[in-house]
Amino acid sequence: MAVIVNQEKCIGCSACVPACPFNAIDMAGGKAVINEKCTLCGACVPVCPVEAILREEVERTALMDKTQYKGVWVFIEHEEGAVKGVAHELLGEGRKLADELGEPLAGVLIGHNVLAMASDAFASGADKVYLVEGPEYEHYNTDAYAAAFTDVTQTYKPSSVLIGATNNGRDLAPRVAAQLGTGLCADCTGLSIDPETKLVIWTRPAFGGNIMADILCPEHRPQMGTVRPKVFKKPVADPARKGELIKVASKVKAADLRVKLLEIIQVCTTSCNLEEADIIVSGGRGMNKPENFCVIEELAEVLGGAVGASRAAVDAGWKPVMHQVGQTGKTVGPKIYFACGISGAIQHLAGMSSSDTIIAINKDVDAPIFTMADYGIVGDVMEVIPLLTAEFKKYKAASK
Amino acid sequence: MEIVVCVKQVPDTTEVKIDPVKNTLIREGVPSIVNPFDKIAVEVAIQLKEKHGGRVRVVSMGPPMAKDALKECLAMGADEAILVSDRAFAGADTLATSYTLAETIRKMGPVDIILCGKQAIDGDTAQVGPGIAENLGMPQITYAAKIEVNGDTVKVDREHEAVYEVYEVKMPVMITVVKSIAEPRFPTVKGTMRANRAEIPVWSAADINADEKRIGLNGSPTQVRRIFTPKQRSNGEIIQAETASEAVAQLMSKLSDAKII
Repeated sequence: MAVIVNQEKCIGCSACVPACPFNAIDMAGGKAVINEKCTLCGACVPVCPVEAILREEVERTALMDKTQYKGVWVFIEHEEGAVKGVAHELLGEGRKLADELGEPLAGVLIGHNVLAMASDAFASGADKVYLVEGPEYEHYNTDAYAAAFTDVTQTYKPSSVLIGATNNGRDLAPRVAAQLGTGLCADCTGLSIDPETKLVIWTRPAFGGNIMADILCPEHRPQMGTVRPKVFKKPVADPARKGELIKVASKVKAADLRVKLLEIIQVCTTSCNLEEADIIVSGGRGMNKPENFCVIEELAEVLGGAVGASRAAVDAGWKPVMHQVGQTGKTVGPKIYFACGISGAIQHLAGMSSSDTIIAINKDVDAPIFTMADYGIVGDVMEVIPLLTAEFKKYKAASK
Repeated sequence: MEIVVCVKQVPDTTEVKIDPVKNTLIREGVPSIVNPFDKIAVEVAIQLKEKHGGRVRVVSMGPPMAKDALKECLAMGADEAILVSDRAFAGADTLATSYTLAETIRKMGPVDIILCGKQAIDGDTAQVGPGIAENLGMPQITYAAKIEVNGDTVKVDREHEAVYEVYEVKMPVMITVVKSIAEPRFPTVKGTMRANRAEIPVWSAADINADEKRIGLNGSPTQVRRIFTPKQRSNGEIIQAETASEAVAQLMSKLSDAKII
């Protein structure tokens, strides 16, 4: 198998060269030539105006009876006794996929004394909840959760599985996918159903957010993906909604847990829970010194939001790494993101570009952050932010 | 202690730009680098070796040019490097890559700790580390911010949202590391000279006894159907006012008009 350029058909237009995300096409002697960097992704195929590029498709023999697999599943991630926001978001989006496919929507709830959360899943749209309970699931543990998830999947055979792209979701999903020998798309920001094949189209950013890819899992079941939190809206809960509860016996024993949790160290308050925050106020190098972050913290406090920081601010030691937003830090998607004194390096943008509204404050009118922002103020952060804080205080007092 | 670090050669995505006219990637002059998180993993491995003795081996799956990435790791102080390279690996997704690297490590002999970066900056999947662990039947700890070895156990602080979780596990174990765990060292002149002289063995699919159904495109359940450049966010409104208070007032009224607040 390979991607092949038909040298007779190739007109040397070089349209395929920039279409390749891997720099795997060279022009030689007026013809396109595929080099060793080719990953067979096929991005060049549709770009060729004369259909000179072919990807030899692999003969995929029927690996499994796909018709046995029905239903869209959502992993009901929870922490400290409550279902996480991302699970609700995925139930909302999963509901749409399930309706389009004419299949049921189910939640997979694994934990200790978590029965009450099943009704939250029903309220957010689940038709069924598969419940695995036991003391070994008290806290998230890769071995226990992966074994339980794989077991339920093998027994009840869903067509697709959505898992929140949180730390634990991204720890769990590849383990389960490898146990099942199926495909997994990471950190998706878009989900849809291909009308022709009824396959899930998993859309995800790559290359630090520079490009997007649509990915399919045609011959393996279940089709699996992790989905970035805060990309989809939480559905409105309907507490009257009921569903079917399926209790699944746990096959995991305490001795199966190879990794033992010794303790949990609290290092900061809610101000660094960026993943779940609706509002984030972030500061960068333009804050000039660590003391100046107090204006950011005040604004965040007034808005009930979290405090973020750019890599530059973290590297300078102004903020602990848990506040870092961007490719090397956290990926966030709040309703409102304030970027204060952040120039907007591509790595930072990759971590916050899915925010609903971006407000940038920077003294440099040419800062790249302004090309990304919905609203921008050109000005001194130390002057603008306290005024904003005062305005929001007034606004909140007035709306009470 | 036997430590294996998995590294990937990636295009420096921070140097990638979008051609605003053609809406395509501009990659001219974009260098290939060792994935920054993997470089941190190499640093952690060298520090563990300095403290506890043993050997650090780096392994990469990729085209022949990925040798450059491995040489950089040797220059930093890794003892040995192995490149797994075969046309049959092309088109591998994370499942096939995990299998290939796991079989490579199996062939390398007993291992105490496998270290990986938390994710690679080109794909950002974070899936290959756990995939390797599963293939080798090893426990895993992801997002490690601190690693301490005591006898046959490892204590790890795992970065998790707003807390650190402290875990203990018996070796062997696969651990992925975050940026805050260590700062990668610069290669010494001596290290660079040694790396340049080093012969890096290249293992093929046959060398690792790979099942041809589980490698490359054949072993990859996922397929890229389409690649496109993301929609640019529509041009925002930039406020340039005489005074800061005027600018803030303008912003508040715009936010209110747009029903954002």
